[in-house]
Amino acid sequence: MTRQDKSTIFSRRAVLKAGGALVVSIGAPATLALAADDAMAVAAKPPLTPDQLSSYIAVNGDGTVAAYFGKMDMGQGLFTAVGQIVAEELDVPFKAVKVFMGDTATSVNQGGASGSTGLQEGGKQMRMAAAEARRVLVAMAADKLNIPVDQLTVSDGVVHAVSDATKKVSYAELIGGRYFNVHLDWNGKYGNPLYAPGKAQPKDPKDHKIVGQPIKREDIASKVFAQEDFCTDIKVPGMVHARMIRPAIAGAVPVSVDEGSIKNIPTAKVVWDKGFLGVVADKEWDAIKASQQLKVVWSDTAPPFPDQAALYDHIRKATPRKRSVEPAETGNVDEAFKAAARVIEAEYEWPFQSHSSMGPACSLVEIKDGKVTCWSGTQKSHFVRAGLAAILEMPEDAVHVIWTPGPGSYGRNDADDAAMDAAVLAKAVGKPVRVQYMRNQGTGWDPKGPASTHHARAAIDAQGNVIAYDFVSKGFSRVDVDTNGSKPFDTLAGQTLGVALKSGDGFGVPAESYRFDNKRTAWETIPPLLDRASPLRSSHLRDPVGPQIHFASESFMDEVAAALNVDAVEFRLRYVKDARDIAVIKAAAEKAGWQTRPSPRKDQTGDKVSGRGMAYAQRNGTRVAMVADVDIDRRSGKIWVRKFTVAHDCGQIINPDGIRMAVEGNVVQGISRTLWEEVKFDHKTVTSVDWLTYPILDITETPEQVDVVLINHPEIAPSGAGEPSSRPVAAAIANAIFDATGVRIRRVPFSPGNVKSALS
Amino acid sequence: MTQKYSLNVNGKVSTVEADEDVPLLYALRNDLGLNNPHFGCGLAQCGACTVHLDGQPIRSCITPVSAVGDSKIVTLAGLGTPDKPHPLQTAYVEEEVPQCGYCINGWLMTAAAFLRDKKKPTDAEIRDALTGLKCRCGTHVAILRAVKRAAAMMG
Repeated sequence: MTRQDKSTIFSRRAVLKAGGALVVSIGAPATLALAADDAMAVAAKPPLTPDQLSSYIAVNGDGTVAAYFGKMDMGQGLFTAVGQIVAEELDVPFKAVKVFMGDTATSVNQGGASGSTGLQEGGKQMRMAAAEARRVLVAMAADKLNIPVDQLTVSDGVVHAVSDATKKVSYAELIGGRYFNVHLDWNGKYGNPLYAPGKAQPKDPKDHKIVGQPIKREDIASKVFAQEDFCTDIKVPGMVHARMIRPAIAGAVPVSVDEGSIKNIPTAKVVWDKGFLGVVADKEWDAIKASQQLKVVWSDTAPPFPDQAALYDHIRKATPRKRSVEPAETGNVDEAFKAAARVIEAEYEWPFQSHSSMGPACSLVEIKDGKVTCWSGTQKSHFVRAGLAAILEMPEDAVHVIWTPGPGSYGRNDADDAAMDAAVLAKAVGKPVRVQYMRNQGTGWDPKGPASTHHARAAIDAQGNVIAYDFVSKGFSRVDVDTNGSKPFDTLAGQTLGVALKSGDGFGVPAESYRFDNKRTAWETIPPLLDRASPLRSSHLRDPVGPQIHFASESFMDEVAAALNVDAVEFRLRYVKDARDIAVIKAAAEKAGWQTRPSPRKDQTGDKVSGRGMAYAQRNGTRVAMVADVDIDRRSGKIWVRKFTVAHDCGQIINPDGIRMAVEGNVVQGISRTLWEEVKFDHKTVTSVDWLTYPILDITETPEQVDVVLINHPEIAPSGAGEPSSRPVAAAIANAIFDATGVRIRRVPFSPGNVKSALS
Repeated sequence: MTQKYSLNVNGKVSTVEADEDVPLLYALRNDLGLNNPHFGCGLAQCGACTVHLDGQPIRSCITPVSAVGDSKIVTLAGLGTPDKPHPLQTAYVEEEVPQCGYCINGWLMTAAAFLRDKKKPTDAEIRDALTGLKCRCGTHVAILRAVKRAAAMMG
């Protein structure tokens, strides 16, 4: 490949503009046309590197556009939104763009689905790439039409003279079927921060025609008509099925395995290496039966877990492995507390939670002719490629990971583990292996959202002002195993095969703009309960640690407001300083018909009571405020979140319907996590293993109304919408329960039993 | 013990060879290549594997292939097509219901049987008819909108 160097483009264009001999007309023979623009359009695809325009955008022979995206859509509409951005910048119809997501053979590592950055980071890059593609195409058209660039415009993929639409050339004619050969100014980074702009400036948002429109999601019909392949549906010739076997006591490893115990099952075969134990068979049901029937003697391992009832005491007493104050302390918190007329203090608790994706993870790996192909529902296919290369001891170039939609994903679930297990199994049996976990593994053995405690205190002066605020979270790490499967030590396969461990430390602090003269927000992480191959290993679950932190911080703001006999919205507006934060709080209150008064209500008697609660938070630029309207049956402890009102500001809106649906999903999943979800365990292992032992919200408990107010800021680059509206949900509900009952519940979940005992 | 079973699926009769205890789900997915019913739990707790057996929604993950007999099986692919969609499918597209979409068989097949038998259902009746089905993405609000839209279309 010949990399086009910028100075060459300039010099050649200078010749053309001067009317030089290289100018060709549309009617010129193909060979001549090629000679004219071969610098920017080439027949052979340049290498798939972040500094090549061809790594993001291609124009097909029919003029349609392929956008190659190193992230993927978990069902919140990113696929459509990225298509809108690319179509907008290229000036082609939305229908002309097809987005290809998360295939390591066609996209560069833009970080995968991660941190609601699909548009914030991924969309930003695709916008710059599409804008650069348009710039280059117009420059090529200028050459062809012998019209200066500033006298050309683009309509529906056709470049034409502003003054005469008949002087035209289409994108397809310019480059269709060939590749851009244009170098981008890559910042040298992979993953979310990858950024590689060209020379083009993207459009002014006021000129947007496709961005901002409620275009319907393109991926719905294929799901509704059962025409879409999930990763569970992929089959290849010669494939066998596998199931993994996990110990009944976490941490135990097989001492002996009786292969004779499955000899009645045709084709069943054991794959056993240290702690790694699986079975394969030609037929899926045979693999399942073999996994249940296989007799295994496990090591005599002491049960590793404490009494679940003592979990929060364990967290409180544990020596922190790491402490971090973020951002730096404002003022002098400890001194300010000495001067307080009054101190308000509270502690909150959040349990381990499971992704419990709709189906347990599945992956298919084929190793053939020195090449590895993996189909996976992972959120991070490029990182899985690195993990597979490491565990198979093969070069990354030999590994191809094809992201195929999985059975739901909300972070680092069990998908990356499944890909690694499938690879180990495929290598062992010399055949393509499809492994799917069983339900008890999908719930019992996925990486968990970390359990935590949160201590908050506020110093109040004699006039009732908050003069200091001190907040610290203490819990298991959000990256005990990292958020991607690029390192074998972060996966069950690596951990069961005995690799050296490297548990990470990370948590977070409240994201808000309360201005107190003295303020300190901090976190502390503690070691995992079991260091290796643990069903309670912790990692990212949707809006990682956001729900737990903001359950505590926003419940506490409500507690302070109530203690000072101040309305909860008024209290927030007194201290919140960011203008966009203020705007979402006001918008949510207004839409919800918020009545200004302190909590709790004092006008209710009887068993059935109602209340309203407010909570708000930021997340990486996005602002969300929520009002929950809640009905409580004091006798049963049953809570119905009747109505949720959400005001949402994520900067520029690419697709309002997409955001609305993402917010609804966050709210419902957030209610589920608040009311029901708690991973149960005994001394031996996790005992939440299915939908009965890990209940989630039922449709009979769904709110009757979720109102979403979208605040659009076209002038502000989009931030994320995939997760921010998860985080204030629990506090809004807790605050509503307090409003209704005067009882403050500081531990999630608010299941009927827990609520009933809290109210009694 | 492996036997031959004739299965009438979406109006077409096919023969599969399977042990009698093999759940219908695996015969549909692996022997007949009908990927639409999904494995979610294998415990009849979630609905992802739902198909119609003589018009009634059943959980194919716990229904042995040997128990099907001559009954007519309809899967989501047999409910309607883009050219001839079931009103629920039209409503699902209009309301953009699915997120990951893995749960969809349970909701659509259960709601299809319900709306066939119950005209003009109330909100509470719809919720009761769909209770127990799982959706992990939290699309419940959109599901209710779509079922109501389909109910209106079906009169």
